[in-house]
Amino acid sequence: MADVWLQALLVTDSTVRLAAPLVLAAMAGLFSERSGVVDIALEGKMLGGAFAAAAAAAYTGSAWLGLLAALVVSYLLAMLHGFATITNRGDQVVSGMAINIAVAGLGPVLADAWFHQAGRVPVFGAGTRFTEIDLPFAEAARAVPLMGSFYAEVVSGHNLLVYLAALSVPLTAFVVYQTRFGLRLRAVGENPAAVDTAGIPVARMRYEALMVTGLLCGVAGAYLSIGQGAGFVRDMTAGKGYLALAALIFGKWRPVPTLLACLLFALADALQTRLQGVTLPVIGELPTQAIQALPYLLTILLLAGFVGRAVAPKAIGQPYVKER
Amino acid sequence: MRDALPAWVELGLLPLLNLAFAFLVTGVIVVILGENPLEAVELLVYGAFGYGEAWGYTLFYATNFIFTGLAVALAFHAGLFNIGGEGQAYIGGLGAGLAALAFGGGSPFLVLPLCVLGAALFGAVWGFIPGWLQAKRGSHVVITTIMLNFVAASLMTYLMVNVLIVRGSQIPESAGFGPGADMPGLNGLLNLFGLDVGRSPLNLSLVLALVCCVLVWAFVWKSRPGYEVRVVGQSEPAARYAGIVPGNKVILAMTLSGVLAGLMAVNEVLGAQHRLVLGFSGGYGFVGIAVALMGRSHPFGVVLAALLFGALYQGGSELAFDMPAISRDMVVVIQGLVILFAGALEHMFRPFLTGIFVRRRDAAPAVREAARG
Amino acid sequence: MAAGATRPGEAPPPAVELQGIDKWFGTNHANRGIDLAVMPGTIHGIIGENGAGKSTLMNILFGFLEADGGRILVDGEPRRIRRPEDAIRAGIGMVHQHFMLVEPFTVVENVLLGAEEGPLLRRSRAKARAELGRLARDYALDVPLDAVVHDLPVGLQQRVEILKALYRGARILILDEPTGVLTPAEADHLFRILTGLRDQGRTVLLITHKLREIMAVTDRVSVMRQGAMVAHRETAETSREDLAELMVGHKVILRIDKGRARPGAPVLEVRDLWVHDRQDVPRLKGLTFDVRAGEIVGVAGVSGNGQSELLEVLSGILHPTKGEVRVGGEPVLNPAQGRSLGVGHVPEDRLRVGLVRTFPAWENAVLGHQRDARYEQGGFMRRRRIRDVCRDWMRRHDVRPQSCDLEAGGFSGGNQQKLVLAREMEHEPGLLLVGQPTRGVDIGAIELIHKRLVALRDRGKAILLVSVELDEVMALADRILVMFDGTITGEVPGEGADERRIGLLMAGIAEEAA
Repeated sequence: MADVWLQALLVTDSTVRLAAPLVLAAMAGLFSERSGVVDIALEGKMLGGAFAAAAAAAYTGSAWLGLLAALVVSYLLAMLHGFATITNRGDQVVSGMAINIAVAGLGPVLADAWFHQAGRVPVFGAGTRFTEIDLPFAEAARAVPLMGSFYAEVVSGHNLLVYLAALSVPLTAFVVYQTRFGLRLRAVGENPAAVDTAGIPVARMRYEALMVTGLLCGVAGAYLSIGQGAGFVRDMTAGKGYLALAALIFGKWRPVPTLLACLLFALADALQTRLQGVTLPVIGELPTQAIQALPYLLTILLLAGFVGRAVAPKAIGQPYVKER
Repeated sequence: MRDALPAWVELGLLPLLNLAFAFLVTGVIVVILGENPLEAVELLVYGAFGYGEAWGYTLFYATNFIFTGLAVALAFHAGLFNIGGEGQAYIGGLGAGLAALAFGGGSPFLVLPLCVLGAALFGAVWGFIPGWLQAKRGSHVVITTIMLNFVAASLMTYLMVNVLIVRGSQIPESAGFGPGADMPGLNGLLNLFGLDVGRSPLNLSLVLALVCCVLVWAFVWKSRPGYEVRVVGQSEPAARYAGIVPGNKVILAMTLSGVLAGLMAVNEVLGAQHRLVLGFSGGYGFVGIAVALMGRSHPFGVVLAALLFGALYQGGSELAFDMPAISRDMVVVIQGLVILFAGALEHMFRPFLTGIFVRRRDAAPAVREAARG
Repeated sequence: MAAGATRPGEAPPPAVELQGIDKWFGTNHANRGIDLAVMPGTIHGIIGENGAGKSTLMNILFGFLEADGGRILVDGEPRRIRRPEDAIRAGIGMVHQHFMLVEPFTVVENVLLGAEEGPLLRRSRAKARAELGRLARDYALDVPLDAVVHDLPVGLQQRVEILKALYRGARILILDEPTGVLTPAEADHLFRILTGLRDQGRTVLLITHKLREIMAVTDRVSVMRQGAMVAHRETAETSREDLAELMVGHKVILRIDKGRARPGAPVLEVRDLWVHDRQDVPRLKGLTFDVRAGEIVGVAGVSGNGQSELLEVLSGILHPTKGEVRVGGEPVLNPAQGRSLGVGHVPEDRLRVGLVRTFPAWENAVLGHQRDARYEQGGFMRRRRIRDVCRDWMRRHDVRPQSCDLEAGGFSGGNQQKLVLAREMEHEPGLLLVGQPTRGVDIGAIELIHKRLVALRDRGKAILLVSVELDEVMALADRILVMFDGTITGEVPGEGADERRIGLLMAGIAEEAA
């Protein structure tokens, strides 16, 4: 019994670790998409952030400066997306694709040029990473069955950015539903003309939304390279940006359901490594690739209306042009 | 309404300006890396076209890009953005590979058509799925093709690791194909023209790609189904009015797009690898996006753009060898910048050019008033 | 310019004054040096036909569009109004023809948008509730505050729009064609609201093309025609006839020489036709009628009462939920099969539906007929044949410029329509469905189009004409069906039709009651 509990705790713990970047990126995407701007460039912004964080941390020896660099780079990429799609009314998917691909190339190019490690940026040394924080009484609580061990294993012992990710969800929910900014954000993604005639500049509103998107993606990127990992490697996001996008769709563009989707996808990921070679009753041996593909398959099924329906913000994907 | 630019500006100058900007930014990056961009260009051009084998590789890569570029371009005509070329090419390779593994010992005259058919068929299925989902279930092609790329990758990994792997081997590769499934090289033919492409894997697929260009051109602009696809791409209400069922054309366009992407595997798998390997699609599907945007969705433009990217891929490798500060990934950066400037920012210079080439509107009212009398 | 503060004893300056407003859309001069003065505390009507430039002018006043020239004065002071927020700050509110509401939002959220108090919503919500309650009492503007706008009927949605403007402290309220979507009862309620607003000292600008409304509620009226302001009148000192003449000018085109119709056998038979939209709301409710060979049947009605759906279902684009449509005895199943039965269709929205904007004229010449063996052979388009045909039609239907390589979007509205009409008529349809044939078409082309329709009738073809221009329907049709809320409220012979009676039928007042 105790063993099963411990196993469950370990799985939950790694679920939390794997979910953190997804949650950050998905919340980031929520702001952009709720404002009516499709963002398939979550991937690129995260990757850019990851590289910037690693490079800055390796250069300065400070995790905090690493985080700052990640925020700046991801923010600038978000503004580029805005410049292309809001100011120049370019195709949002094309712009997102451009950013993803350009960053996928630029990271390794700069890494090679500056660090000469075959496209990698290793980060080591004290203070260069966000390390695990043991919450108060974690050791003491370990002895307490159930709740105590849960506190010690799952709640405690993560780096700062994980807690930031956890915080991002209620914060997003609050901003979206309880603030003036949120009201305008939701409105501009549904009916930009209504926002325009209410005296609010549509373009500025969307830029502000992208700003938040950029910053949150930056945190997600920093988490990958100087939180969970120790350095930048080529394509280290490995589709997490797209997975976050899938979670956002799965969560119907709402903060809490999106969080649940992220946790579900992360759980699948956490189980995948543990189920390797394990024979399950009825199913037999489950190929890890099937679990890997699961989030994507689920999203396809959801979008096809086979499991519920996801209705996107009405004005999503369309540049705002005043009708005459 | 937009003021119309002269055709040569619209079709020539504007795209060139966009492209020039992409390369300008690239040049700036090269300078940041501490190298001389002009020298880099020189090395790159030599690496891509300086000798026979370089030509061979350049054309080999270009072949891939023609296929994937055509795939994206064809979908564009139906108003669809197919980001799934990568997955369709990957699965297409499975089709070609399975046919090759099954019949590889036979005569090439029988086996090769079967393999090509396999690639086309499997690619078609992977394009049909998102097309069908959009037509019948309303799910957006962009998202489903992204998701299907990942599903394709997982599926292929599973098959390579568990099913197709050579028994006892640790390397996730299939067995080598029989000689019947080798796409004939073009060296012999080219020798007649005094060109020696050396050991480059340039093969008959290039001819197949060029044939596909003609076919796509004829389909889009000459055929009745192509006409209907274009109507759907321009205006769904007009399509319904014209008795065209938009969903059917979406499915048709995505399936054909999948076929074209799938055929890329013919070049890569049958022409170069001669076995199935993990990840042979190598991101070439994504290059197709840049190629189609730069080629303005026209087969002729696609060939030119594919040649450019072929040269970048080949020349880029050589460049990375001579200038270690510039890694091969630079090509990926250029690819992203081309998509940015030729795609997302394609209208950025329009107001500027309109200012130069279209008579100012301010002056026009007086003229019209006079004409009205 | 002197400040506009009023000195005691002087008449107050106009609430709104426009001086020499000019606006171009490409080659279209939508507003030509407009002057207008609206006195405070009045309901001021602006009347004109569709396309006269009324909405453009109001969008300029509200800052939604920027004028190419001219000045705007509010309460005597010149104002730069470049964006809606400038107008709102100047005390101007606008209720748009197409509501500017966020459908999934509640009423309160819609009202709050852009008028929030501080960065958090809690306080704003409370204040809005109190204020909305007061406004509702003062002006008979009751709306359920927590209802989602999407679920409200249009009449209530419009009230939300008015509340939005008032909540922002609008002293000058612009309403753009507010009754187009309302039932007569709702419209009357609206007019009571507007009179209440005026009596409390607010200024109302009412944009409409309906004479009845002008006469019913306004104090003063200005008339626009083809982008120009042609007259200002005190409503009490003018008449419908006077205004109608000012609106239309001297239209010669509506006197069409046409002989008596010689109707033959029924070509189109419609029996108990029902159509429901996606929300399962009935749009057509059990229509039954015939159109015979050699007659023009006109469909009159306020737009949005099912005419668009009728055209779509008759041409096969929409499917009836019940009942049937037969042409020459055969049921119409889809557009392609409809065409094979000889149904021609000139759609209401020619540039989005009837043509492909980016296609050259020759490709548009066969839109809908692309599978016809004359234009297709073995799956390929017969390009040379099509181009010859296109050139021939362009010559005979006077489409200018006569270039079959020019993109459809490059032609003027009238020439686009001639192109569509040429295509649909040249295939000698047994039944021609025509929607808004002269919307946005210049006068010369209107005359030609009308002549062609009459000629087609005289060749023994059946024509169903849908138009929101009552004059057009009355001039062309041999019989007039009047539609209201998805039903046919009555039939009137075209010859010497009684406009008043048609007006009553259009308002849903059926024969017996009238």
